[in-house]
Amino acid sequence: MGIESQLGDNILTTTLSTMINWARKSSLWPMPFGLACCALEMMAVVAPRYDLARFGAEVFRFSPRQSDLMIVAGTLTYKMASVARKIYDQMPEPKWVIAMGACAVSGGVYNTYSVVQGVDQILPVDVYLPGCPPRPEALIHAIMEIQKKIEKESL
Amino acid sequence: MNKDLLIYLTITCIKIFIVFGVIQFMIISMIWFERKIMAHMQVRLGPMRVGPHGLLQPIADGIKLLFKEDIIPEKANKFLFVLAPVMTLVPALITFAVIPFGDKIKIFGYSIDLVITDINVGFLYIFAVSSLGVYGVVMAGWASNNKYSLLGGIRSSAQMISYELTLGLSLIGVVMLTGSLSLVDIVNAQAKIWNIILQPIGFFIYVTSAFAEVNRTPFDLPEAESELVAGYHTEYSSMKFAMFFMAEYANMITVSAIAVTFFLGGWQGPFLPPVVWFMLKLSGCLFFFIWVRSTYPRLRYDQLMHFGWKFLLPLSLFNILITGLVMVIKG
Repeated sequence: MGIESQLGDNILTTTLSTMINWARKSSLWPMPFGLACCALEMMAVVAPRYDLARFGAEVFRFSPRQSDLMIVAGTLTYKMASVARKIYDQMPEPKWVIAMGACAVSGGVYNTYSVVQGVDQILPVDVYLPGCPPRPEALIHAIMEIQKKIEKESL
Repeated sequence: MNKDLLIYLTITCIKIFIVFGVIQFMIISMIWFERKIMAHMQVRLGPMRVGPHGLLQPIADGIKLLFKEDIIPEKANKFLFVLAPVMTLVPALITFAVIPFGDKIKIFGYSIDLVITDINVGFLYIFAVSSLGVYGVVMAGWASNNKYSLLGGIRSSAQMISYELTLGLSLIGVVMLTGSLSLVDIVNAQAKIWNIILQPIGFFIYVTSAFAEVNRTPFDLPEAESELVAGYHTEYSSMKFAMFFMAEYANMITVSAIAVTFFLGGWQGPFLPPVVWFMLKLSGCLFFFIWVRSTYPRLRYDQLMHFGWKFLLPLSLFNILITGLVMVIKG
């Protein structure tokens, strides 16, 4: 976004983007958007057995202004959809989204009038994490996939 | 300009640079220590992936926050919104101007006090400056134009003003025993016996009020996540948020340094050099802060106010009374 177009693709910009991507991937502060049972698995991830802190990502900031990664954990109803979008818009760039659980990915078993059939209808989802609910290890895997994605990004 | 003044100014500038450099380094390392110690107390590992045992974690956080989008809400009061983080960080840092961190040393024939400046009303200076910190918090809460920020700001100001009182009164006993407001004199007076032994109640009141004063865990109501999102810094992102974060740690270091100076004998200690003793005691106090954070749950707001006004304030007055009585009886 800007810096490389000014300086061209040289060793300075490459190293700079590597450093910034390293910083971004090693301090992904999640914005917990727990909507249903998946949120409990999300809580388990920061607990001793799984320990998300190893990746520097245990700082759950409850203010969207301070978070980098939105974890939509659970069934997103139409009533909640506007809230989810608003929270996402309040997050500062750069930001990433994980759709956690079958309901967030595709609506899951709730093929009804009240449930959004996948959060990708309102948010740009980076990683889809299926499961009902997914195991905490799976969420760690999803966060590692986000880290791999951040490594490949340019400024 | 004569030669002595020039040398004096040079020495003072060097001292300021060293002290501020050390504080900044301590703030950064405190972030790592807090996350690591908390993790180990909760049978976790804490940051492990960046550097050996996650040593580079604060640097990664810093770079990430530096390159994040900096949001100023449209309807915020822009001037106060930008000023507030500075107003919280600066008072915490400049309190260090009067804290002695070592004995006199001699370099090239010049005798240098290891304190930036020894003013004879150091005690009053500390309280005058550290109570300015509450302005930053109130300004942040009000300027953000956000109800959670405002509630956090109001709570925080009420709490900090209430506990400022007991914080000051708890140290009066020490001042009475020493007979001086200068921090250097207070440290020198503790050469034989530390004030924590003479003033145990005062120390207890000081520690409790200090926790409330810096908004740390049993009293971290201003940023109670379950009620107020993130308290007074809800709307702050990027480096402005990082400055609040740093201010919290700087405040912790400052109140710990005051505790060391007033109660734990300052730089006094056998065998090791004075500066090392000061740093050891300071680290011990900071560890205590983290220990308490991973041990205690948060108080309710009314409990906090009752505790401050109905228990700590009478207790601190009682402490002053007892100290005075003993001093009169012993002559």
